[in-house]
Amino acid sequence: MADKPRKPAALIIRNGILDENPTFRLVLGMCPTLAVTTAASNGLGMGAATTFVLAMSNLFISLLRKQIPDNIRIPSFVVVIAAFTTIVQLLIKAFAPALDAALGIFIPLIVVNCIVFARAEAFAFKNTPRDSALDGLGMGVGFTCALTILSSVREILGSGTWFGVHVMPAGFQPMSILTQPPGGFLTLGIVLALFNLVEKRYLRKLTAPKVDAGHHTL
Amino acid sequence: MKEILIIIVNGVLVHNFIMNRFLGCCPFLGVSKQLETAVSMGVAVTFVMTLASMITYLFNSLLLVPLNMEYLQILAFIVVIAALVQIVEMALRKISPLLYRALGVYLPLITTNCAVLGVTILNVTNNYNLVQSVVNGFAGGAGFMLSIVLFAGVRERLALADMPSWMDGFPGALITAGLMSVAFLGFAGMG
Repeated sequence: MADKPRKPAALIIRNGILDENPTFRLVLGMCPTLAVTTAASNGLGMGAATTFVLAMSNLFISLLRKQIPDNIRIPSFVVVIAAFTTIVQLLIKAFAPALDAALGIFIPLIVVNCIVFARAEAFAFKNTPRDSALDGLGMGVGFTCALTILSSVREILGSGTWFGVHVMPAGFQPMSILTQPPGGFLTLGIVLALFNLVEKRYLRKLTAPKVDAGHHTL
Repeated sequence: MKEILIIIVNGVLVHNFIMNRFLGCCPFLGVSKQLETAVSMGVAVTFVMTLASMITYLFNSLLLVPLNMEYLQILAFIVVIAALVQIVEMALRKISPLLYRALGVYLPLITTNCAVLGVTILNVTNNYNLVQSVVNGFAGGAGFMLSIVLFAGVRERLALADMPSWMDGFPGALITAGLMSVAFLGFAGMG
């Protein structure tokens, strides 16, 4: 694209990790976020698989964006995304059977992950292949970070281990509810609330330090 | 008959699609602010899940398995579901404009609902036959409807509650859903 100056790569990737983090900011792709974050290794593996699909489908959709007619773009996106999901599913089945057993149905379900769709529609269809691949990578890394944070919280508090290694003192009583289904909702809810709280406090300090201090005491 | 009953109890209560399997969370969180829309969404999802279970079962056992093309399952299923939703939408518009007006806006959303693709893949991995697949699709949809309607009822009241601003919206909704999920945990081991 000659008409637009190239955006620096770091800026595009930063956008996916911080400013528009798919989990904490856009709140997209909730199903895998809630379901597979029972152990840190699962979160990391799911994030990596989604990152691959995001970056590759963004790249290909961007390469094909001049050929795809506007009114059949959604089915075209579906086919591209489904192809890369199949690739990643077969690769994980072949090389990481343990991960395949742990993630189960959520690998094929990457195909209906709203993040992948949203980036194809909002970014890849309008931007150059280079920017789109970088955007997919950034969004994927942001998603991976979020999943790893959530699954670390759940694994450490729920079973006292981190990536399978014992990290809590011997007397620690694991809160097993966190590794069970309700833990997914509760952990994400509390982490989102904490983010909001920190952001509110931090922003208020920046803008109006004295106006309503102490208003929101817990 | 016993097997069918087990599938129903399992799909609606024990392995509830939202509360236990986490399939279909986007509409669950997105379309649950009002009881009325939640009911419409639940009906539409149940309808499409039942139909998709049947069509994908036939597609899989008559086409993909004989041709040894099971590796194309994801691609084939999502295209079949997208086409199915489109046909249902067109048929509904012709046959029952009233129902179309009630469900119309929700139908396109269902294509990317993981509960629909999820149930079709679960049918294959569980080796269900045609009747079991259809029942599983219906029970899964009924379970989805049960949780989204209950959740919308809670959220309608929660909207009036005085929550701190950092808990409002998603965090509050997620913690509410977590507490509901604890209740559903009580069914564990029943199926």
